[in-house]
Amino acid sequence: MKDMLVQVEPLIPALRRYARALLRDRAAADDLVQDCLERAVSHWHQRRDGSVRAWLFSILHNLAVTQFRQATARGRHMPIDDAGERELVSAAAQEHRLIYQDVLKKITRLPEEQRAVLLLVAVEDLSYADAAGVLKIPVGTVMSRLSRARERLLQEMEGVAPGNVVALRGVK
Amino acid sequence: MNRRPITEDDLHAYVDQALEPERRAEVASYLDDHQDVAARVAAFATQREQLRGTFASIADEPLPAELNLSHIIESRRRSPMRAWWAIAAMLLLGIGGLGGWTMRSVLQEGSSGLSALAQEAAYSYGVYAPDRVRPVEIRASESAELTRWVSNRLKQPVKVPDLSVSGYRLMGGRLVATSHGPAAMFMYDDDHGDRLVVLTRPMSNRNLDTPMMPQSTGDVAGFVWADGGMGYTLVGQLPGDTLKPIANEIRKQTRPI
Repeated sequence: MKDMLVQVEPLIPALRRYARALLRDRAAADDLVQDCLERAVSHWHQRRDGSVRAWLFSILHNLAVTQFRQATARGRHMPIDDAGERELVSAAAQEHRLIYQDVLKKITRLPEEQRAVLLLVAVEDLSYADAAGVLKIPVGTVMSRLSRARERLLQEMEGVAPGNVVALRGVK
Repeated sequence: MNRRPITEDDLHAYVDQALEPERRAEVASYLDDHQDVAARVAAFATQREQLRGTFASIADEPLPAELNLSHIIESRRRSPMRAWWAIAAMLLLGIGGLGGWTMRSVLQEGSSGLSALAQEAAYSYGVYAPDRVRPVEIRASESAELTRWVSNRLKQPVKVPDLSVSGYRLMGGRLVATSHGPAAMFMYDDDHGDRLVVLTRPMSNRNLDTPMMPQSTGDVAGFVWADGGMGYTLVGQLPGDTLKPIANEIRKQTRPI
């Protein structure tokens, strides 16, 4: 139990970050992380060799997917209101706040599976192999989703970045 | 020197700082010669920084009390103990009052005997699933031998369900004792180490067919049913909506034609 505390505790902030980036809602995300930690505690002795980080993300991701499915089945939408956005970036420095709010908006428009890859790789620093394990897809699929997510986000960002050529495109 | 061509994957790995130093240098020199690609890679790198910046503050927030790991460990440690005490108490009652035990099995047989089977599966799960050394007696690599053994002892052809479509691998199985004679137990696990137990034995009513019923004992839950006089149950520590499709798959595979 001691080694579990030492290995899992430092990863909780990252789990919260991933959960909140997926669900947007603080309370729902923390509930999910709590579920994930409870499972991690009860299944600690059953984990395979390999990165504890990847193992925890994979439990968390599974729970999130289950929740998405249930929400879809009930016809309920995940909250994507502006309040969540403000809450998410309120701590950021003023000069970055606008960019961050914009990134948030754009990333929620990505297809769910592209968003998950991008978050795991670019924000949570999982290796491509670990991300593949978490998402239960081949590494090649991770790479193609990553590439599509980045291209798409880039196009979207260019559409609004201040002082960008695309401002001209806006005038029809 | 034999240089491998620079691929799209290399560019992303460059952005994610996931390349070996040597390959990284090759990509860097390629980018020096290809300004258009370099601009795209630079844009990806900026995007990566913006993403990290956007979500960075969440990880700095103080943890709420419900995410305190020591508390979670403490409360988990208490609840499985309660389940074990309950099992121990039931066993003591069974030994202490033979009359009570007989009464109980009469009552259960009255309600088709499925709840007894469900209990047996939960006990087997409680004993064998946490076992790290020898959870099964015959491993999946010798599944032919396993099938032969349990079919002989149950005096029925027993089919070992294949749950690979549900993401579970057969670990193996063993014969377990129940108050209704021998039962075959099969254990499965997935990539997270989550274990499932399937328990099957003949029911006293050799023509019993029942619908699938949810059941739970402590924190072990699952489904139980009977087809052609054979009782089946799937149990694990997973939510019912995760187990249901797996139970359906087992029923599909084991149903007599």
